[in-house]
Amino acid sequence: MTKKTYEEINEKIRSGAAVVVTAEEVISLVKERGIEETAAYVDVVTTGTFGPMCSSGAFFNFGHPKPRMRMSKVYLNGVEAYAGIAAVDAYLGATQLPETDPANKSFPGHFNYGGGHVLEDLVAGKEVFLDAYSYGTDCYPRKSYQKAIKLEDIPYAVLYNPRNAYQNYNVGVNLSDRTLYTYMGILKPNLGNANYSTAGQLSPLFNDPYYRTIGMGTKIFLGGGVGYVSWFGTQHAPEAPRGENGVPLSPAGTLAVIGDLKQMSPKWLRGISFLGYGVSLMVGLGIPIPILDEEILKYTAVSDEEIFAPIVDYSQSYPQGLGEVLGRVSYAQLKSGQITLGGKVIPTASLSSYAGARQIATILKEWIQKGEFFLTKPAFTLPRSNEGIDYKRSVGEEIL
Amino acid sequence: MREKMVLYFPASVVEQPLTYSLIKEYNLMVNILKANINPKMEGRIVAEISGKKEDFEAGLDFLRSRGVKTFPLEQEIVWVEERCTHCGACSVICPAGALVMERPEMVVRFKGEKCIICEHCITACPSRAMEVRY
Repeated sequence: MTKKTYEEINEKIRSGAAVVVTAEEVISLVKERGIEETAAYVDVVTTGTFGPMCSSGAFFNFGHPKPRMRMSKVYLNGVEAYAGIAAVDAYLGATQLPETDPANKSFPGHFNYGGGHVLEDLVAGKEVFLDAYSYGTDCYPRKSYQKAIKLEDIPYAVLYNPRNAYQNYNVGVNLSDRTLYTYMGILKPNLGNANYSTAGQLSPLFNDPYYRTIGMGTKIFLGGGVGYVSWFGTQHAPEAPRGENGVPLSPAGTLAVIGDLKQMSPKWLRGISFLGYGVSLMVGLGIPIPILDEEILKYTAVSDEEIFAPIVDYSQSYPQGLGEVLGRVSYAQLKSGQITLGGKVIPTASLSSYAGARQIATILKEWIQKGEFFLTKPAFTLPRSNEGIDYKRSVGEEIL
Repeated sequence: MREKMVLYFPASVVEQPLTYSLIKEYNLMVNILKANINPKMEGRIVAEISGKKEDFEAGLDFLRSRGVKTFPLEQEIVWVEERCTHCGACSVICPAGALVMERPEMVVRFKGEKCIICEHCITACPSRAMEVRY
């Protein structure tokens, strides 16, 4: 019976003796050696995901110009950052559009630039134009401030994403006879394609379905740098229906995460545009799972064949909030390039990058192997039931 | 041989039936995929041209002698690999099978020779990794 503690695993990382594998590699390892032996052998399983995560953004403090200013309107490259907090603080959200963007007035809008792109430009070291306005006060007399700034000039910049790393997500399809432009990408009419968006067997929360090791304070790979899980995310819904293996059958857990923007890279924070929908940010996120016992190891060995996603119609069911599921398919089927629904073969595409997820899990594995990254024991793990999560929704409703 | 070409016609020849000559005099098959004339009266045709190698080359020489600029199609739609995240969203949008997800590696490949310059990928790619370079 394998039992390990965080301290023991960190000691092995320190001495270079820790065995670290990715959530992909552990699958074949368990097939070869079985649960017991692999649990004793492996210390850490690394996961990864690199996909669109709209609920992302960054807190900034710009420092005071002279004379001082209470910035009440803040724009970065024309994209407004929320400034209803302290004098020179602001939060830039990934999906914010410049006020000049025509959005969907000419449908489908192109959405070539927005909050996510500003974040990418900043971490790429590019100059961004700060444009700030104020009504002026006795203590903060300045009313206007404009300056081209780089991330290195900003005293404080922290990525704070209220909802990332969704544990499972819908497969979007279109039953109607017109093309749909959604946050699930372009959905062609009459089941022309099926789009999904998770990394399946590599995705963090699929590998620890009951959040035995993930919670507030878990140290993670975030946007190319080091971050932490800060809370459970918005819409965290642990009571979603689950399969026998514990894996949710519909969107369930989510993470709120935080990290120093200055450590991050444009490779893993990527501004993106969804035709007819808007802008967003692709976030690279990876979580190491300590193999504290055999059960945790067993969960990390889950494979794409054993993870199922709900197929949802984005012409009616989703926009109208009807909660209907057309069927469920495994990630193995989705990744094969086609699924069958009602006798019709439908080509599939992902919005989340599996190659990116694999790379993140590998980078995180290397950080741990080199003794540069240690595991943290969370202050509390993510809630496993809705009890204590203070948000209201109708009983039995699946969040889709 | 068979190749997709982009042909630029200066305003001075845009009203001449040069494609007719390619077919009639050089025995080439011309499948026009796209054609337009801009406000400066310059024309652009994207076409798949096929025939014997010597006919193909003689035909293109003829076009060039009339001031038409000829380019292989691959130079027109460009896959900017460093911007590609390999998500694969493009693979169900590209109607020509030019943008494909390679399995099991799960990486995107652009097969320029299959591209028909429909340009659907330009706005379908979330990270804007596809560019038109006319």
